[in-house]
Amino acid sequence: MELKKYSKTLFFGATLAVLAGCGGNAATMDQDSSNGDVQPVLTNDGASSSGAAGDSAVSSEQLAAERAAQEARDAAAAMPEVNTIYFDFDQSDIRSDSREILDMHAEYLMANPSVSIVLEGHADERGTREYNQALGERRGNSVKSYLQLKGISASRIEVMSYGEERPAVMGHSKAVWAKNRRVEVKY
Amino acid sequence: MSVKKWMTVFVCGLLVVAQQAVADLTIEITQGNDKATPVAIVPFAWKGNSALSEDIAQIVSDDLERSGLIKPLPRTEMLSLPSEPKEIFFRDWSLLKQEYLLIGQITPKGDAGKLSIRYELYDVVRQKRVLGEVISGSQNELRSRAHYISDKVFEELTGLRGAFSTKIAYITAKRESNTRTKYELKVADADGRREQIILQSYEPLLSPSWSPDAQYLAYVSFETGRPGIYLQNVFSGKRRQLTAFKGLNGAPTWSPDGSKLAVTLSKDGNPELYEIDLKTYKVRRLTRHYGIDTEAEWSPDGKKLIFTSSRSGGPQIYQMDLASGETTRLTFEGGYNARARYSPDGTEIYFVHQKDGIFHIAAQELSENRLRVLTQTPLDESPSVSPNGSMLIYATQEGQRGYLGAVSIDGNIRYRLPSQLGDVREPAWSPFLN
Repeated sequence: MELKKYSKTLFFGATLAVLAGCGGNAATMDQDSSNGDVQPVLTNDGASSSGAAGDSAVSSEQLAAERAAQEARDAAAAMPEVNTIYFDFDQSDIRSDSREILDMHAEYLMANPSVSIVLEGHADERGTREYNQALGERRGNSVKSYLQLKGISASRIEVMSYGEERPAVMGHSKAVWAKNRRVEVKY
Repeated sequence: MSVKKWMTVFVCGLLVVAQQAVADLTIEITQGNDKATPVAIVPFAWKGNSALSEDIAQIVSDDLERSGLIKPLPRTEMLSLPSEPKEIFFRDWSLLKQEYLLIGQITPKGDAGKLSIRYELYDVVRQKRVLGEVISGSQNELRSRAHYISDKVFEELTGLRGAFSTKIAYITAKRESNTRTKYELKVADADGRREQIILQSYEPLLSPSWSPDAQYLAYVSFETGRPGIYLQNVFSGKRRQLTAFKGLNGAPTWSPDGSKLAVTLSKDGNPELYEIDLKTYKVRRLTRHYGIDTEAEWSPDGKKLIFTSSRSGGPQIYQMDLASGETTRLTFEGGYNARARYSPDGTEIYFVHQKDGIFHIAAQELSENRLRVLTQTPLDESPSVSPNGSMLIYATQEGQRGYLGAVSIDGNIRYRLPSQLGDVREPAWSPFLN
């Protein structure tokens, strides 16, 4: 476990400070009273997390994004139209009716090697919120494994779970729940 | 991507604020108790000029009635309104079948708006004073003083420490459009009043958990676009992000000594429990299983964890001995039991239980395998125990709206705290504040 000073906190603190001007008693980051250091954020590795990109990182990212966009345009005809697959209650197995959809995504990804995706896993409102966070991630991971079996590199696939926090459809019926137990493929 | 995400946060405005919310929660008692002790709580006499902003006796009366153990006499049935010992006619109160009588008066104390509050509790049968005290406070502390009096009276009458001066934290979600939901972390008095917004965000907030000293909340925020665990001082508003691991960063709960957090992380590939030392920031992995392990809570002695695991198929509650790692399954009834909380004495657990497709709050003594269902509404979630162990607060739904319900641990007393704005969810009852 590596401990790392969190460069983002400075930016974050500044954000809050700006907001303080219009929003009453905004907070500042909690300082360690003994040495004045900002508190570390525990991350997987030393790599700075999403907020800390500098100018050079941004421009290379932009270049990559432009390249990807061009390639996406080139292959646009093959982009799968259906981006959501559904799951049974408390299950993360890929249903047989989802395979064809995922196969199309796998084909598209094979044909467009620079394209990467985010798999957003979701659960219906039933059950507990944190369990549903885990369930959403499992669903995302099931789709990721399926695509890996079809030859797509894990490095091109990110899994993100929203649990039950982002329902696609509002309501409390069986039909609504079925629509909310899903993984969305995001390009 | 990264810069764009940050601009989103910047523009959408993640606000850490301490402002009084517009809407207060109001209490509605849905089920009472026939055996409650009858107590007459007489309006406190006010010896000052301008009217007081709060009715102390009414607040005390509401507090005690909500406990289900005490039945306040309606004011309209009172034959007299004594505020001093010499004004008490015990025969009146015996005629009204009252067992106890609470009287009091409030007087201005000096210039600076200070008040002196005297309260006295009498045993009507023995015609004897059993409790009495003079306390002081300012106008804006009247609610706190009233809850203090409720605590004292409750303890005298039931032998149980009162939890009326405690707080509850919860999340509200208000859907502003199809793509925009405003999440707010709020803290209110245990009666739902004096609600304050602690944090606002347009990304999900969840799982608030009180530190044992009731100074901090740990919670999960998606404000960076990904889940992270944050710690925030409830009073100063100061906050910091604790974790930003790949994958899940969830379900934080504090060890009873406040030195560690139990959390759920999936950084090693699967949802597992970890503990984070809050001094050294060392992270220790606690579970190793291909199933989901999440929603840990520490036993009151800090030696065990209960958690939700899908290792046997559907979610069930397990208990782990932290020293040996030995893990035993606790729940066997029904296919879905999750997010358990210990009673303050550690002998019982409360959790979400699915029965016939409906989600209720259930209780189970640790010495038994049998559970008892406490609530009757569907979609009940997130039970949280009052620090004196007498009541549970939980989240439930009616129609399209979420609200908070409370139920006594014997299931006999129920009340609800409806919200006027948005969905209310994930209540967390604070520890004792003093």
